[in-house]
Amino acid sequence: MKYLAQQTINALQLGSIYALIALGYSMVYGVLTMINFAHGDVFMLGAFFCLLLIAIVPLPFWLALIVVMGATALLGTLIERFAYRPLRNAPRVSAIITALGCGLVIQNTTLGISPYARPMPHLLDNTTYQFGGLTITTLQMIIIGISVALMVALDFLIRKTSFGMAMRAISSDRATVPLLGIPANRVIAITFALGAALGGAAGLLYGMAYPVVSAAMGISVGWKAFVAAVIGGIGNMRGAVLGAFLLGGVEVMTVAVLPSTYRDLISYSLLLLILIFKPHGLLGKPTLQKA
Amino acid sequence: MHNSMRCLPALSAILCSGALLLTSCQPSKPSVKIGINAELTGEMPAVGASCKQAAELFAEQVNKAGGLSVGTEKLPIKLSVVDNSCKADQSAAAAQRLISQDGVLVMVGPDASSCAIPAGEIAEALGCLMISPWSTNPKTTVDSTTGKTKKNVFRACFTDRFESPVLAAFATKNLHAKTAAVLYDVSSEAPTSQSALFKEAFEKAGGKVVAMETYTTGDRDFSAQLTKIRETAPDIIYLPAPYNDTPLIAAQARQLGIKAPFLGSDAWSSPDIIKLDAGKNLEGSYFCNHYSTESPNPKAKQFIADYKARYRNAPDDVAALTYDAMTLAANSIAAAGKTDRTAVRDAMASIRSFDGVTGHFVYPEGAREPAKSAVIMQIKDGGFHWVSTVEP
Repeated sequence: MKYLAQQTINALQLGSIYALIALGYSMVYGVLTMINFAHGDVFMLGAFFCLLLIAIVPLPFWLALIVVMGATALLGTLIERFAYRPLRNAPRVSAIITALGCGLVIQNTTLGISPYARPMPHLLDNTTYQFGGLTITTLQMIIIGISVALMVALDFLIRKTSFGMAMRAISSDRATVPLLGIPANRVIAITFALGAALGGAAGLLYGMAYPVVSAAMGISVGWKAFVAAVIGGIGNMRGAVLGAFLLGGVEVMTVAVLPSTYRDLISYSLLLLILIFKPHGLLGKPTLQKA
Repeated sequence: MHNSMRCLPALSAILCSGALLLTSCQPSKPSVKIGINAELTGEMPAVGASCKQAAELFAEQVNKAGGLSVGTEKLPIKLSVVDNSCKADQSAAAAQRLISQDGVLVMVGPDASSCAIPAGEIAEALGCLMISPWSTNPKTTVDSTTGKTKKNVFRACFTDRFESPVLAAFATKNLHAKTAAVLYDVSSEAPTSQSALFKEAFEKAGGKVVAMETYTTGDRDFSAQLTKIRETAPDIIYLPAPYNDTPLIAAQARQLGIKAPFLGSDAWSSPDIIKLDAGKNLEGSYFCNHYSTESPNPKAKQFIADYKARYRNAPDDVAALTYDAMTLAANSIAAAGKTDRTAVRDAMASIRSFDGVTGHFVYPEGAREPAKSAVIMQIKDGGFHWVSTVEP
């Protein structure tokens, strides 16, 4: 029992980071029906921006988080403005290739500047608490707490504000929305900024939890978050969060009860099964593709 | 007019590149070509950097002294350095390129076993001597189809068959460990063989391996496996992981409240492991290595001084073994007396003993790996410290 509870804490930590990244994929897909493959690398840059920032000015954790989120948001907007907007009406394959290209450019630039893995400095006093054999650290509580807070804030933004309404409107009919006086370009740019900011926050938190950062870390984590977004129903925010916690849970729990060698085989087979029965993801809605 | 002006830069570029091609095509002076197949990018860039630096240092020293004696003349050494990205397919491609395109006489590298095994298959097929400085997996020198010893593939290090029992004996005798847990990368060659051999030796010595957990290359979350290991309360944890994964695993283990000491393989030996271990979670851990920078061996002392003077950092074991592999390659070429691949390979096969930076090598008849000593090192006060030397 105690063992499973400890594994649940592990799963929650992993799931919250996946969720923050998965949201970025899902938001962009929601407004543009496009998969932003550069998102995993924006996540990786979140960790590197933090390293750079700490090396210049030793800011406290909260300020560093805000600055990093701001920097990745700016980067997200720039990518949208200069790489994706010119291609918005181009064939979808071109947009996908551009996104992959952007990701590779970011990753290889980072690799060029820092070919070696780097240690992440301590930003917080990390105390380990013991509760009857269960251990939880300050860092784990902060990661789970911040992730949940950011997700709730985003959910509120999308469901209760006029900006969120505009986002949802663009998502359902991009052609008509500008006719109603909604600045579609601005809404799309802000969506990219928000997604990238969440990715940057995830990068920083991930770097603190797994304190060796390298240019390649965006690939595997980014792909997993993308899988989580698809499982939950890409385009649906609550689905992305659900998918992420499900993926984190399945990964940790297969190791917990089965030999760890089969982790990826079992967890991804399970996720494929979900897609066979729910091809649009858990919370995704079937839509008619316009020809 | 306007059009021809626009063409001008393009035209001059074509002319320039043509001129470059011409100069590079001119018959070059005779030299001895040695290929370096190194992990310059990818999972362990520090390993590739050490390999390249040591090889370049060796070539510089030989060339400064007038070159390598081959027959009656003295020829300079020319290095061809190719990156294998620390990937199996690219190592094979790099070997192919070095041997058939660059026409090297000997290939030194790759270092990681996952790369050295496929590159060795190519060297064997193309009949070119390959010396891996650092690959400890027994499979590197064995032909995968026939199961026989490869003819052209040698190494400058001991294998896992020696290293893992040394560690197991150290764990049971010196650390008095009765139970051990192992966490290793199941998709990488050296850790997989080291773990299996460690388990065998540890249980033969009367201990019990209570957990064998795995992960795959690129994983960064080990909390599930470590929580499982915590349940079994082992006396020690064996982590045959590379220098950049180990600090991550150690940090997560300590966060979960695991206090057992860590034991590592020679893959820990890059000083980067200490830089990456910001939380000092590895303090007091032990690992098995090929040589110590505190070694009293005069050859080692000279090499360490030269390397430090050239690169301003101390050479790790990859650098030292690469230097030994380069010396073995040069000795074989000198002994062959001609720049012929078969003669050089045969000269290498007839070397029985050799004194190198990493100690005294003995190659038994027909063996591709030397019998040589291993050292146990400890991570203490932000550095590696020598604990003991184990003779074969």
